[in-house]
Amino acid sequence: MTEKVASKKNSLMTWIDKRYPLTDFWEKHLSKYYAPRNFNFWYFFGSFSLLVFVMQIVTGIWLVMEYTPTGGESFASVQHIMREVRYGWLLRFMHTTGASAFFVVVYLHMYRGLIYGSYQKPRELVWLMGMVIYFALLLEAFTGYVLPWGQMSYWGAAVITSFASAIPYLGEQLLIWLRGDFNVSGVTLHRFFSLHIIAIPFFLAALIFVHLVALHHVGSNNPDGIEIKNKKDKDGVPLDGIPFHPYYTVKDLVGVVVFLFVFSIVVFFVPTMGGYFIEHDNFIPANPMVTPLEISPVWYMTPFYAMLRAIPNKFMGLITMGAAVAIMFVLPWLDRSRVRSIRYKGKLSKIAIVIFVISFIGLGYLGSEPVSTVRTILARIFTVAYFAFFLFMPIYTFMEKTKPLPERVT
Amino acid sequence: MADEIDQNRRCFLRRATTAVGGIGLAAASVPFLSYWMPSADTEAAGAPIKIDISSLQPRQQLAVPWRSMPIWIIYRDQGMLDALPKLDSTLRDPLSEQDQQPAYCKNINRSIKPQFFLTIGICTHLGCVPTYRPDVASVSPDWLGGFYCPCHGSKYDLSGRVYQNVPAPLNLKIPRHMYVSETEILVGQDQDGVQGAISIS
Repeated sequence: MTEKVASKKNSLMTWIDKRYPLTDFWEKHLSKYYAPRNFNFWYFFGSFSLLVFVMQIVTGIWLVMEYTPTGGESFASVQHIMREVRYGWLLRFMHTTGASAFFVVVYLHMYRGLIYGSYQKPRELVWLMGMVIYFALLLEAFTGYVLPWGQMSYWGAAVITSFASAIPYLGEQLLIWLRGDFNVSGVTLHRFFSLHIIAIPFFLAALIFVHLVALHHVGSNNPDGIEIKNKKDKDGVPLDGIPFHPYYTVKDLVGVVVFLFVFSIVVFFVPTMGGYFIEHDNFIPANPMVTPLEISPVWYMTPFYAMLRAIPNKFMGLITMGAAVAIMFVLPWLDRSRVRSIRYKGKLSKIAIVIFVISFIGLGYLGSEPVSTVRTILARIFTVAYFAFFLFMPIYTFMEKTKPLPERVT
Repeated sequence: MADEIDQNRRCFLRRATTAVGGIGLAAASVPFLSYWMPSADTEAAGAPIKIDISSLQPRQQLAVPWRSMPIWIIYRDQGMLDALPKLDSTLRDPLSEQDQQPAYCKNINRSIKPQFFLTIGICTHLGCVPTYRPDVASVSPDWLGGFYCPCHGSKYDLSGRVYQNVPAPLNLKIPRHMYVSETEILVGQDQDGVQGAISIS
């Protein structure tokens, strides 16, 4: 009986494989893609990112069925979804929680890259693609947040688009071009809607594809930062490699279940997260005549916002903020260490990364709070620390004494 | 590590995980499927309506939109009612055996009160709105009055019963309705409930 079924499957697969590299793909990227055997907790976040991406698309498709992207109707249409559409509240909260979850997961994913040196040669392109994805994600989140057309949607759009006016000569015209109107209005909303549901998602999908192709081409890094392809058995399989399927598909499935558990707790019990996921002011319809007392972006942008506010000059503040994102792009060339992973780097790198994490989180907190003298001083200190992490990296990574690398993964 | 793999255990685990996962996927799909059902405001917009027939004249047709459909009320005079039995042999379903009307309209007049005919004005062929042709010999020499659909030529009598040899398969559909007074008809609802009520909440 088993033989009959097997041969039937084989002939269908054979027919397909003659016309499309299906089995090839399955083997190359899953059942014969050899990933290091020592993946730990930090290695969940890449697949979680993909999961959240798909979830945002699906919930987004559903929301667009009932949402109206015009200045006059959008706020009401969101309330319609929340109150009148069956399970509309659930779809909406899944989408807003998903947006924040996307950044939690992506930041942790980037942190993994940071501590294990996944950006180092030959994975610089993986890192660069990832950085472009991160930037596109910031734009996607920004355009998405405008859509409910609450007070924060409106004023967030007004503030962030006003960055364009800092550009000399062309600034003012560029601002009008970007907004489609003399000031942020329903026109701006409508075009941000198009960017949010079509342009950026397509772009993100393409980028993610390239990111994964680049990764699979060189193979995954691991917590020890050593190259598993250096030691292969007689069949060419890395000694420290295990096939992604079934080992990591199953492991990721477990991780996904735990992730969904936590995700569901937020969706059902604390979807606004006390104003951090959906800000209080966004429950008030957009009013161009009155700005809320405290404007701040959503939590995932607050570190950069804190930097912007800390610099007392409009243009320099913007440059600083841009540089903070831009400097991450060149990380592969700043790290001069002989080893990849923090496990084998010296004390200086370890101190540096702790300072960096404290600064980033500190800046994030400060960016979500109103301005004060103490907070501004702290923000300035953290901004300096943030840049110091990167700018001094060529020195401290080169200078420090690293530990000897193991022969095989640990 | 042991070289032997416990295949039974493995098989059980795979099946158990798949089963629980399947239940999870089914449960997770409920909101996505329910979302497509009419929302509360859509359902409210399709609520039963009262139609006032106090100013309807004999042989006159009243058309009122409900749920994006034309609801017709024809005030039939005695001549029109007398013509109905004459047509039985030329009709597909003269006794209204197909389920196109509530039980209380399963009679030759296909109505609660003989003089007032209430129906949904949508051709049972492919959904066009037929024309009201009450005048004798207007559509054809032997025409005794009824409805004529210009799209593909289907014909109905003044009780909305479909003729033989036309594309339409069924008599015109009659919605649930009831008289709330001598001059007001509630369309979409009767003693037993609301037409096409959505029970999933």
